[in-house]
Amino acid sequence: MNIDAIQNGVVIDHIKAGSGMKLCSLLGLDSTDLSVAIIRNVNSRKMGKKDIIKIDSLTSVNLDLIGYVDPGATVNIIRDGVLVKKLTLDTPDRLVNVIKCKNPRCITSCEQELPHVFRLADRAKREYRCIYCETRAG
Amino acid sequence: MKSLIDITDLDTGEIDGLIADSLDIIAHPEKYARVCERKKLATLFFEPSTRTRLSFEAAMYELGGNVLSVAGSGTSSAAKGESVADTARVVSCYADIIAMRHPKEGAALVAAMNSSVPVINAGDGGHCHPTQTLADLLTVYREKGRLSGLTVGVCGDLKFGRTVHSLIGAMSRSDDMKFVLVSPAELKLPSYVKNETLKKRSIPYYQTEDLDSVMPELDILYMTRIQRERFFNEEDYLRLRDSYILTPEKLKRAKPDMCVMHPLPRVNEISVAVDDDPRACYFKQVLNGKYIRMALIIKLLREAGRL
Repeated sequence: MNIDAIQNGVVIDHIKAGSGMKLCSLLGLDSTDLSVAIIRNVNSRKMGKKDIIKIDSLTSVNLDLIGYVDPGATVNIIRDGVLVKKLTLDTPDRLVNVIKCKNPRCITSCEQELPHVFRLADRAKREYRCIYCETRAG
Repeated sequence: MKSLIDITDLDTGEIDGLIADSLDIIAHPEKYARVCERKKLATLFFEPSTRTRLSFEAAMYELGGNVLSVAGSGTSSAAKGESVADTARVVSCYADIIAMRHPKEGAALVAAMNSSVPVINAGDGGHCHPTQTLADLLTVYREKGRLSGLTVGVCGDLKFGRTVHSLIGAMSRSDDMKFVLVSPAELKLPSYVKNETLKKRSIPYYQTEDLDSVMPELDILYMTRIQRERFFNEEDYLRLRDSYILTPEKLKRAKPDMCVMHPLPRVNEISVAVDDDPRACYFKQVLNGKYIRMALIIKLLREAGRL
Protein backbone atom coordinates (compact mmCIF):
# COMPACT_ATOMS: atom_id res chain seq x y z
CA MET A 1 0.00 0.00 0.00
CA ASN A 2 1.35 3.41 -0.93
CA ILE A 3 0.40 6.71 0.67
CA ASP A 4 2.15 9.75 -0.79
CA ALA A 5 4.32 11.86 1.50
CA ILE A 6 2.56 15.06 2.47
CA GLN A 7 4.00 18.50 1.73
CA ASN A 8 2.24 20.54 4.42
CA GLY A 9 0.46 18.78 7.21
CA VAL A 10 0.50 16.78 10.40
CA VAL A 11 1.54 13.17 10.90
CA ILE A 12 0.54 11.44 14.10
CA ASP A 13 2.94 8.54 14.35
CA HIS A 14 3.68 5.67 16.76
CA ILE A 15 0.02 5.18 17.61
CA LYS A 16 -0.60 1.88 19.33
CA ALA A 17 -1.90 -0.54 16.70
CA GLY A 18 -5.69 -0.56 16.79
CA SER A 19 -6.07 2.93 18.33
CA GLY A 20 -5.86 4.93 15.11
CA MET A 21 -9.56 4.82 14.23
CA LYS A 22 -10.61 5.78 17.76
CA LEU A 23 -8.12 8.66 17.87
CA CYS A 24 -9.24 9.85 14.44
CA SER A 25 -12.83 9.89 15.62
CA LEU A 26 -12.06 11.67 18.92
CA LEU A 27 -10.07 14.32 17.04
CA GLY A 28 -13.10 14.87 14.83
CA LEU A 29 -11.11 13.97 11.73
CA ASP A 30 -13.78 11.55 10.57
CA SER A 31 -16.16 14.43 9.96
CA THR A 32 -13.95 17.07 8.35
CA ASP A 33 -13.34 17.95 4.73
CA LEU A 34 -9.58 17.58 5.18
CA SER A 35 -7.69 14.82 3.42
CA VAL A 36 -6.93 12.30 6.14
CA ALA A 37 -5.30 8.91 5.86
CA ILE A 38 -5.38 6.31 8.61
CA ILE A 39 -2.78 3.64 8.06
CA ARG A 40 -3.29 0.62 10.29
CA ASN A 41 -0.94 -2.12 11.36
CA VAL A 42 2.20 -0.63 9.82
CA ASN A 43 5.36 -2.63 10.55
CA SER A 44 7.50 -0.90 13.19
CA ARG A 45 10.92 -1.85 14.52
CA LYS A 46 10.17 -0.42 17.94
CA MET A 47 6.51 -1.34 18.31
CA GLY A 48 6.04 -4.37 16.09
CA LYS A 49 2.85 -2.89 14.65
CA LYS A 50 1.61 0.69 14.81
CA ASP A 51 -1.04 3.00 13.34
CA ILE A 52 -0.33 6.33 11.63
CA ILE A 53 -2.67 9.24 10.87
CA LYS A 54 -1.69 11.67 8.10
CA ILE A 55 -3.52 14.97 7.74
CA ASP A 56 -2.86 16.85 4.52
CA SER A 57 -3.22 20.27 6.14
CA LEU A 58 -1.43 22.30 8.80
CA THR A 59 -4.44 22.05 11.07
CA SER A 60 -4.13 22.22 14.85
CA VAL A 61 -4.70 19.01 16.75
CA ASN A 62 -5.58 18.59 20.42
CA LEU A 63 -2.31 17.34 21.93
CA ASP A 64 -3.94 16.66 25.32
CA LEU A 65 -6.46 14.39 23.67
CA ILE A 66 -3.74 12.50 21.80
CA GLY A 67 -1.71 12.21 25.02
CA TYR A 68 -4.79 10.91 26.83
CA VAL A 69 -5.56 8.25 24.21
CA ASP A 70 -1.95 7.26 23.55
CA PRO A 71 0.89 9.02 25.42
CA GLY A 72 3.41 7.10 23.29
CA ALA A 73 2.28 8.77 20.05
CA THR A 74 4.38 11.45 18.33
CA VAL A 75 3.16 14.43 16.36
CA ASN A 76 5.20 15.58 13.37
CA ILE A 77 4.65 18.91 11.66
CA ILE A 78 5.60 18.91 7.98
CA ARG A 79 6.15 22.18 6.12
CA ASP A 80 7.20 22.29 2.43
CA GLY A 81 7.98 18.61 2.63
CA VAL A 82 10.37 19.06 5.56
CA LEU A 83 9.90 17.85 9.13
CA VAL A 84 9.98 21.14 11.09
CA LYS A 85 8.77 19.96 14.49
CA LYS A 86 8.50 16.61 16.26
CA LEU A 87 6.48 16.53 19.48
CA THR A 88 6.65 13.69 21.94
CA LEU A 89 3.65 13.47 24.24
CA ASP A 90 3.08 12.55 27.84
CA THR A 91 0.01 11.72 29.88
CA PRO A 92 -1.43 15.22 30.41
CA ASP A 93 -2.00 16.48 33.97
CA ARG A 94 -5.28 18.08 33.00
CA LEU A 95 -7.88 17.45 30.31
CA VAL A 96 -10.18 20.27 29.26
CA ASN A 97 -13.18 19.34 27.09
CA VAL A 98 -11.48 16.14 25.96
CA ILE A 99 -13.85 13.75 27.73
CA LYS A 100 -17.19 14.32 29.41
CA CYS A 101 -18.23 13.56 32.98
CA LYS A 102 -20.90 10.86 33.00
CA ASN A 103 -22.09 11.44 36.57
CA PRO A 104 -25.71 12.67 36.30
CA ARG A 105 -25.30 14.40 39.69
CA CYS A 106 -22.32 16.45 38.48
CA ILE A 107 -22.75 20.19 37.92
CA THR A 108 -21.45 19.67 34.37
CA SER A 109 -24.72 17.89 33.58
CA CYS A 110 -26.71 21.12 33.82
CA GLU A 111 -24.41 24.16 33.89
CA GLN A 112 -24.36 25.94 30.56
CA GLU A 113 -21.02 25.96 28.72
CA LEU A 114 -19.09 24.74 31.75
CA PRO A 115 -15.88 23.10 30.52
CA HIS A 116 -15.49 19.43 31.39
CA VAL A 117 -12.18 19.32 33.26
CA PHE A 118 -10.43 16.22 34.52
CA ARG A 119 -7.24 16.01 36.60
CA LEU A 120 -4.74 13.17 36.50
CA ALA A 121 -5.34 11.42 39.84
CA ASP A 122 -3.00 8.44 39.37
CA ARG A 123 -0.25 8.63 36.73
CA ALA A 124 0.68 4.95 36.99
CA LYS A 125 -2.90 3.85 36.33
CA ARG A 126 -3.57 6.80 33.99
CA GLU A 127 -6.67 7.50 36.04
CA TYR A 128 -8.52 10.79 35.62
CA ARG A 129 -11.14 12.34 37.89
CA CYS A 130 -13.61 15.12 37.26
CA ILE A 131 -12.49 18.25 39.15
CA TYR A 132 -16.08 19.04 40.10
CA CYS A 133 -17.46 15.74 41.42
CA GLU A 134 -14.37 13.45 41.62
CA THR A 135 -15.99 10.86 39.36
CA ARG A 136 -13.49 8.66 37.56
CA ALA A 137 -13.29 8.98 33.78
CA GLY A 138 -14.11 6.02 31.60
CA MET B 1 -8.73 34.49 47.35
CA LYS B 2 -9.45 31.52 49.53
CA SER B 3 -12.76 29.69 49.53
CA LEU B 4 -13.66 26.47 51.35
CA ILE B 5 -14.96 23.86 48.93
CA ASP B 6 -13.41 20.67 50.26
CA ILE B 7 -12.04 20.04 53.73
CA THR B 8 -8.64 19.36 52.14
CA ASP B 9 -8.53 23.04 51.13
CA LEU B 10 -7.48 23.53 54.77
CA ASP B 11 -4.18 22.14 55.99
CA THR B 12 -3.93 20.67 59.46
CA GLY B 13 -2.41 23.89 60.81
CA GLU B 14 -5.40 25.88 59.57
CA ILE B 15 -7.83 23.38 61.11
CA ASP B 16 -5.97 23.58 64.42
CA GLY B 17 -6.20 27.36 64.14
CA LEU B 18 -9.96 27.26 63.53
CA ILE B 19 -10.42 24.97 66.53
CA ALA B 20 -8.36 27.31 68.71
CA ASP B 21 -10.36 30.31 67.47
CA SER B 22 -13.63 28.47 68.14
CA LEU B 23 -12.56 27.71 71.70
CA ASP B 24 -11.75 31.39 72.17
CA ILE B 25 -15.17 32.38 70.76
CA ILE B 26 -16.83 29.96 73.20
CA ALA B 27 -14.83 31.35 76.11
CA HIS B 28 -15.13 35.04 75.19
CA PRO B 29 -18.21 35.60 72.97
CA GLU B 30 -18.28 39.33 73.80
CA LYS B 31 -14.94 39.82 72.02
CA TYR B 32 -16.52 38.73 68.74
CA ALA B 33 -19.94 40.37 68.98
CA ARG B 34 -19.09 43.18 66.51
CA VAL B 35 -16.26 41.66 64.48
CA CYS B 36 -18.36 41.43 61.30
CA GLU B 37 -20.33 44.63 61.74
CA ARG B 38 -21.53 46.01 58.34
CA LYS B 39 -20.50 42.78 56.61
CA LYS B 40 -23.01 40.63 54.72
CA LEU B 41 -23.21 36.87 54.38
CA ALA B 42 -25.31 35.58 51.46
CA THR B 43 -26.79 32.14 52.10
CA LEU B 44 -27.74 30.52 48.80
CA PHE B 45 -29.52 27.27 49.48
CA PHE B 46 -30.80 25.50 46.38
CA GLU B 47 -31.60 22.31 48.29
CA PRO B 48 -33.69 21.80 51.45
CA SER B 49 -31.77 22.52 54.63
CA THR B 50 -32.73 23.81 58.02
CA ARG B 51 -29.85 23.42 60.40
CA THR B 52 -26.95 24.30 58.12
CA ARG B 53 -28.56 27.49 56.84
CA LEU B 54 -29.66 28.55 60.31
CA SER B 55 -26.22 27.71 61.66
CA PHE B 56 -24.53 30.00 59.13
CA GLU B 57 -27.05 32.74 59.73
CA ALA B 58 -26.79 32.45 63.52
CA ALA B 59 -23.00 32.50 63.22
CA MET B 60 -23.05 35.71 61.17
CA TYR B 61 -25.55 37.41 63.49
CA GLU B 62 -23.45 36.52 66.54
CA LEU B 63 -20.50 38.17 64.84
CA GLY B 64 -22.55 41.35 64.43
CA GLY B 65 -22.97 40.88 60.66
CA ASN B 66 -26.00 40.76 58.38
CA VAL B 67 -27.47 38.01 56.25
CA LEU B 68 -28.92 37.97 52.73
CA SER B 69 -30.81 34.75 52.25
CA VAL B 70 -32.11 32.73 49.33
CA ALA B 71 -33.71 29.43 50.23
CA GLY B 72 -34.95 27.02 47.59
CA SER B 73 -34.35 27.04 43.86
CA GLY B 74 -38.05 27.65 43.26
CA THR B 75 -37.81 31.17 44.68
CA SER B 76 -34.53 32.18 43.12
CA SER B 77 -33.01 33.04 39.76
CA ALA B 78 -32.21 29.34 39.35
CA ALA B 79 -35.90 28.82 38.62
CA LYS B 80 -35.42 31.08 35.60
CA GLY B 81 -32.51 28.96 34.43
CA GLU B 82 -29.65 31.15 35.62
CA SER B 83 -26.37 29.31 35.86
CA VAL B 84 -24.46 28.82 39.10
CA ALA B 85 -21.59 30.83 37.60
CA ASP B 86 -23.79 33.84 36.86
CA THR B 87 -25.54 33.60 40.23
CA ALA B 88 -22.16 33.68 41.99
CA ARG B 89 -21.00 36.67 39.94
CA VAL B 90 -24.18 38.59 40.76
CA VAL B 91 -24.39 37.74 44.45
CA SER B 92 -20.73 38.56 45.05
CA CYS B 93 -21.62 42.13 44.05
CA TYR B 94 -23.93 42.33 47.08
CA ALA B 95 -22.27 40.20 49.76
CA ASP B 96 -18.86 39.94 51.44
CA ILE B 97 -19.00 36.15 51.67
CA ILE B 98 -21.25 33.39 50.32
CA ALA B 99 -22.40 30.11 51.86
CA MET B 100 -23.94 27.86 49.22
CA ARG B 101 -25.76 24.54 49.15
CA HIS B 102 -26.67 22.99 45.82
CA PRO B 103 -27.88 19.53 44.78
CA LYS B 104 -25.28 19.18 42.03
CA GLU B 105 -21.79 17.94 42.88
CA GLY B 106 -19.14 20.55 42.15
CA ALA B 107 -21.57 23.49 42.20
CA ALA B 108 -19.69 25.24 44.99
CA LEU B 109 -16.43 24.96 43.05
CA VAL B 110 -18.09 26.57 40.03
CA ALA B 111 -19.40 29.35 42.29
CA ALA B 112 -15.92 29.91 43.78
CA MET B 113 -14.36 30.06 40.32
CA ASN B 114 -16.72 32.89 39.39
CA SER B 115 -17.19 34.78 42.64
CA SER B 116 -15.23 37.83 43.69
CA VAL B 117 -15.81 37.02 47.38
CA PRO B 118 -15.04 33.85 49.39
CA VAL B 119 -17.44 30.94 48.91
CA ILE B 120 -18.14 28.35 51.59
CA ASN B 121 -19.49 25.03 50.38
CA ALA B 122 -22.48 24.25 52.59
CA GLY B 123 -23.00 20.93 50.79
CA ASP B 124 -22.86 20.06 47.09
CA GLY B 125 -25.04 17.01 46.55
CA GLY B 126 -23.40 13.87 47.87
CA HIS B 127 -19.92 15.26 47.34
CA CYS B 128 -18.57 17.49 50.15
CA HIS B 129 -19.80 19.24 53.26
CA PRO B 130 -16.65 20.70 54.80
CA THR B 131 -18.22 22.82 57.54
CA GLN B 132 -19.99 19.76 58.91
CA THR B 133 -16.57 18.17 59.10
CA LEU B 134 -15.21 21.19 60.95
CA ALA B 135 -18.11 20.88 63.41
CA ASP B 136 -17.30 17.19 63.80
CA LEU B 137 -13.62 17.89 64.42
CA LEU B 138 -14.36 20.55 67.02
CA THR B 139 -16.72 18.12 68.74
CA VAL B 140 -14.13 15.35 68.78
CA TYR B 141 -11.53 17.77 70.13
CA ARG B 142 -13.81 19.08 72.88
CA GLU B 143 -14.95 15.59 73.89
CA LYS B 144 -11.68 13.65 73.60
CA GLY B 145 -9.10 16.43 74.01
CA ARG B 146 -7.27 15.37 70.85
CA LEU B 147 -7.73 14.57 67.17
CA SER B 148 -5.25 11.70 67.06
CA GLY B 149 -4.89 8.18 68.42
CA LEU B 150 -8.58 7.32 67.97
CA THR B 151 -10.55 4.40 66.58
CA VAL B 152 -13.43 5.85 64.60
CA GLY B 153 -16.40 3.75 63.51
CA VAL B 154 -18.49 5.21 60.70
CA CYS B 155 -21.83 3.53 60.19
CA GLY B 156 -24.68 3.66 57.69
CA ASP B 157 -24.56 5.19 54.23
CA LEU B 158 -20.86 5.34 53.48
CA LYS B 159 -21.41 5.49 49.72
CA PHE B 160 -23.39 8.72 49.40
CA GLY B 161 -22.60 10.09 52.89
CA ARG B 162 -20.55 13.18 52.10
CA THR B 163 -19.96 13.92 55.79
CA VAL B 164 -18.26 10.56 56.15
CA HIS B 165 -15.98 11.12 53.17
CA SER B 166 -14.91 14.51 54.47
CA LEU B 167 -14.45 13.28 58.04
CA ILE B 168 -12.26 10.39 56.92
CA GLY B 169 -10.29 12.77 54.69
CA ALA B 170 -9.67 15.15 57.56
CA MET B 171 -9.00 12.69 60.37
CA SER B 172 -6.72 10.47 58.31
CA ARG B 173 -4.20 13.31 58.40
CA SER B 174 -3.81 12.79 62.17
CA ASP B 175 -1.46 10.27 63.77
CA ASP B 176 -2.43 6.80 64.98
CA MET B 177 -5.92 6.73 63.57
CA LYS B 178 -7.93 3.62 62.79
CA PHE B 179 -11.24 3.42 60.93
CA VAL B 180 -13.96 0.80 61.10
CA LEU B 181 -16.35 1.05 58.15
CA VAL B 182 -19.80 -0.35 58.96
CA SER B 183 -22.35 -0.44 56.16
CA PRO B 184 -24.59 -2.69 54.06
CA ALA B 185 -22.73 -4.10 51.05
CA GLU B 186 -24.58 -1.72 48.69
CA LEU B 187 -23.51 1.37 50.62
CA LYS B 188 -19.80 0.70 51.16
CA LEU B 189 -17.26 3.49 51.16
CA PRO B 190 -16.32 4.27 47.51
CA SER B 191 -13.04 2.75 46.43
CA TYR B 192 -11.57 6.12 45.51
CA VAL B 193 -11.90 7.31 49.12
CA LYS B 194 -10.22 4.13 50.31
CA ASN B 195 -7.48 4.28 47.67
CA GLU B 196 -6.70 7.97 47.73
CA THR B 197 -7.05 8.49 51.47
CA LEU B 198 -6.80 5.40 53.65
CA LYS B 199 -4.51 3.19 51.56
CA LYS B 200 -2.39 6.09 50.33
CA ARG B 201 -1.67 7.14 53.92
CA SER B 202 -1.39 3.56 55.22
CA ILE B 203 -4.24 4.12 57.68
CA PRO B 204 -5.51 0.84 59.18
CA TYR B 205 -9.17 0.14 58.43
CA TYR B 206 -11.58 -2.70 57.91
CA GLN B 207 -15.10 -3.08 56.56
CA THR B 208 -17.92 -4.95 58.21
CA GLU B 209 -21.71 -5.18 58.17
CA ASP B 210 -21.87 -6.01 61.89
CA LEU B 211 -22.02 -2.97 64.17
CA ASP B 212 -22.50 -4.92 67.40
CA SER B 213 -19.26 -6.85 67.13
CA VAL B 214 -17.08 -3.76 66.64
CA MET B 215 -18.79 -1.60 69.26
CA PRO B 216 -16.37 -2.35 72.15
CA GLU B 217 -13.29 -1.06 70.29
CA LEU B 218 -14.64 2.32 69.17
CA ASP B 219 -13.68 5.71 70.62
CA ILE B 220 -16.07 7.47 68.25
CA LEU B 221 -19.21 6.07 66.60
CA TYR B 222 -20.31 8.29 63.72
CA MET B 223 -23.82 7.31 62.65
CA THR B 224 -25.32 8.49 59.36
CA ARG B 225 -28.76 8.54 57.84
CA ILE B 226 -29.64 6.48 54.78
CA GLN B 227 -30.59 9.40 52.56
CA ARG B 228 -33.72 8.98 50.47
CA GLU B 229 -32.71 11.84 48.15
CA ARG B 230 -29.53 10.01 47.05
CA PHE B 231 -31.41 7.03 45.62
CA PHE B 232 -32.83 6.88 42.10
CA ASN B 233 -34.79 3.81 43.13
CA GLU B 234 -37.31 3.99 46.01
CA GLU B 235 -37.24 0.21 46.48
CA ASP B 236 -33.51 0.26 47.25
CA TYR B 237 -34.05 3.03 49.80
CA LEU B 238 -36.85 1.18 51.58
CA ARG B 239 -34.80 -2.01 51.71
CA LEU B 240 -31.73 -0.33 53.24
CA ARG B 241 -33.09 2.45 55.43
CA ASP B 242 -33.40 0.38 58.63
CA SER B 243 -30.03 -1.37 58.34
CA TYR B 244 -28.68 0.09 61.58
CA ILE B 245 -30.59 1.42 64.55
CA LEU B 246 -28.60 2.40 67.63
CA THR B 247 -30.35 1.63 70.91
CA PRO B 248 -29.37 1.83 74.61
CA GLU B 249 -29.13 -1.97 74.55
CA LYS B 250 -26.50 -1.88 71.80
CA LEU B 251 -24.60 0.89 73.60
CA LYS B 252 -24.06 -1.39 76.60
CA ARG B 253 -21.13 -2.94 74.75
CA ALA B 254 -19.49 0.43 74.03
CA LYS B 255 -16.69 2.10 75.98
CA PRO B 256 -17.98 4.32 78.79
CA ASP B 257 -16.38 7.38 77.18
CA MET B 258 -17.24 6.61 73.56
CA CYS B 259 -18.79 9.53 71.63
CA VAL B 260 -21.90 8.94 69.55
CA MET B 261 -21.99 11.45 66.73
CA HIS B 262 -24.42 12.12 63.89
CA PRO B 263 -24.54 14.97 61.35
CA LEU B 264 -28.36 15.16 61.74
CA PRO B 265 -31.12 15.10 60.79
CA ARG B 266 -31.70 11.59 62.05
CA VAL B 267 -34.69 9.55 61.01
CA ASN B 268 -34.64 6.40 63.10
CA GLU B 269 -30.99 5.30 63.08
CA ILE B 270 -30.49 6.50 66.65
CA SER B 271 -33.26 5.70 69.09
CA VAL B 272 -34.57 8.73 71.00
CA ALA B 273 -33.81 6.77 74.16
CA VAL B 274 -30.09 7.21 73.43
CA ASP B 275 -30.41 11.01 73.74
CA ASP B 276 -30.12 10.91 77.53
CA ASP B 277 -26.95 8.83 77.44
CA PRO B 278 -23.92 11.02 78.30
CA ARG B 279 -22.15 9.54 75.29
CA ALA B 280 -24.65 11.14 72.91
CA CYS B 281 -22.84 14.12 71.35
CA TYR B 282 -24.97 14.89 68.29
CA PHE B 283 -26.70 17.94 69.69
CA LYS B 284 -23.33 19.25 70.88
CA GLN B 285 -22.19 18.97 67.25
CA VAL B 286 -24.91 21.40 66.24
CA LEU B 287 -23.70 24.02 68.69
CA ASN B 288 -20.07 23.41 67.80
CA GLY B 289 -21.02 23.87 64.16
CA LYS B 290 -22.13 27.41 64.83
CA TYR B 291 -18.92 28.28 66.70
CA ILE B 292 -16.57 26.92 64.07
CA ARG B 293 -18.58 28.58 61.28
CA MET B 294 -18.05 31.85 63.16
CA ALA B 295 -14.31 31.16 63.21
CA LEU B 296 -14.35 30.24 59.53
CA ILE B 297 -16.26 33.36 58.44
CA ILE B 298 -13.73 35.54 60.29
CA LYS B 299 -10.77 33.67 58.78
CA LEU B 300 -12.03 33.87 55.18
CA LEU B 301 -13.09 37.51 55.44
CA ARG B 302 -9.69 38.43 56.90
CA GLU B 303 -7.82 36.53 54.20
CA ALA B 304 -9.92 38.25 51.53
CA GLY B 305 -9.01 41.63 53.03
CA ARG B 306 -12.62 42.33 53.96
CA LEU B 307 -12.05 42.58 57.72
